[in-house]
Amino acid sequence: MTVSAELDLKSFVLLHLGERRFAVSAEDIAELVAPSRVFRFPHRTPKMEGVILRRSRIVPVCDIAETLIGKRLLSRRFYLIALRHYGQRTEWVALPVTGECELINAELMAAGGSDEPHVAGWLSHGGEVIEVLNLEALTPGPENSLLASTAREQLDVRSAPGSEAEARP
Amino acid sequence: MPPTAPLPATKPGPLRSEQIILFRIGEQLFALSSASVQEVRSADSLSGAAGDVRAAEVPKVRKFLRRGGTTLFVVNSAAHFGLPASEGILIFVLRDTRTALLVDAIEKMTSMTRLQALPLSFCHEERRWYRGLTALDQTVVPVVHPQGFLSAEELLLLDAALPLDEASGEQTATGSELTQ
Repeated sequence: MTVSAELDLKSFVLLHLGERRFAVSAEDIAELVAPSRVFRFPHRTPKMEGVILRRSRIVPVCDIAETLIGKRLLSRRFYLIALRHYGQRTEWVALPVTGECELINAELMAAGGSDEPHVAGWLSHGGEVIEVLNLEALTPGPENSLLASTAREQLDVRSAPGSEAEARP
Repeated sequence: MPPTAPLPATKPGPLRSEQIILFRIGEQLFALSSASVQEVRSADSLSGAAGDVRAAEVPKVRKFLRRGGTTLFVVNSAAHFGLPASEGILIFVLRDTRTALLVDAIEKMTSMTRLQALPLSFCHEERRWYRGLTALDQTVVPVVHPQGFLSAEELLLLDAALPLDEASGEQTATGSELTQ
């Protein structure tokens, strides 16, 4: 048995925000795409920039940089499209990043009690200790108590897979 | 990292279309089902036809109208959405609501075939404001909810703020009725 097998390695995607790197479980990543036009509209949810169109799907854009590095991104090279869980539901969310991403295998070290809620754990890579992000804590979403009413809203627009809905008056 | 597995394409299905009005508030484009618009009037026609109402908790409403025995409240849509101040040039009287909506311009009437629910990441007041989002000509437009402009609580506050002699007389509409 090899050492790596004993360590129970998992796959992660490393992303750049400014000078820092963070990790997200590779299971929760869909793709890395070039920046495209962000469509903005009035709303009241912090961190949400707007939405992008990706393969006929409307994907919300969430800037997590202010929470993680203390400032908003002035430039971005890619959107990392990740899976965000809302109870039983899942949706894609686009995270602006400032550099190329890297797929690695590493051992996840559990988060400690003093870690921020958005820290799912830690990993060691290239001599650097890197935060593994908990997207459910990092990106906005309704409280669990609101999910039921949200589900009703979805039904009102005749939700189909992927939240696409047929229009009706 | 090389490009990974792409998002699955949206599953095609039988489509129905819904007639919508694209309208502007300042530079921002919105959509509204034409079925929910009972009447479109010029804001100028409000002169003398509207009364003043002031509820400190509902600053987006400054005027009311009497229509067919019902009191309608004129909502400044720019104030409602938190957009730069705009007086509004047109009024949409919204069917089955007590809302008359001040907007800046009608862009065009068109139809949409898909309405995507507002992503769950948007989790504040906007969930009441919008039925969802639609993609039109490579642009994403929020589709507003006609009932989302005034909450039951706001209506109570506005009713309480109406002048006592408000019940006198009904106004004669000079707007154009929308036919479906």
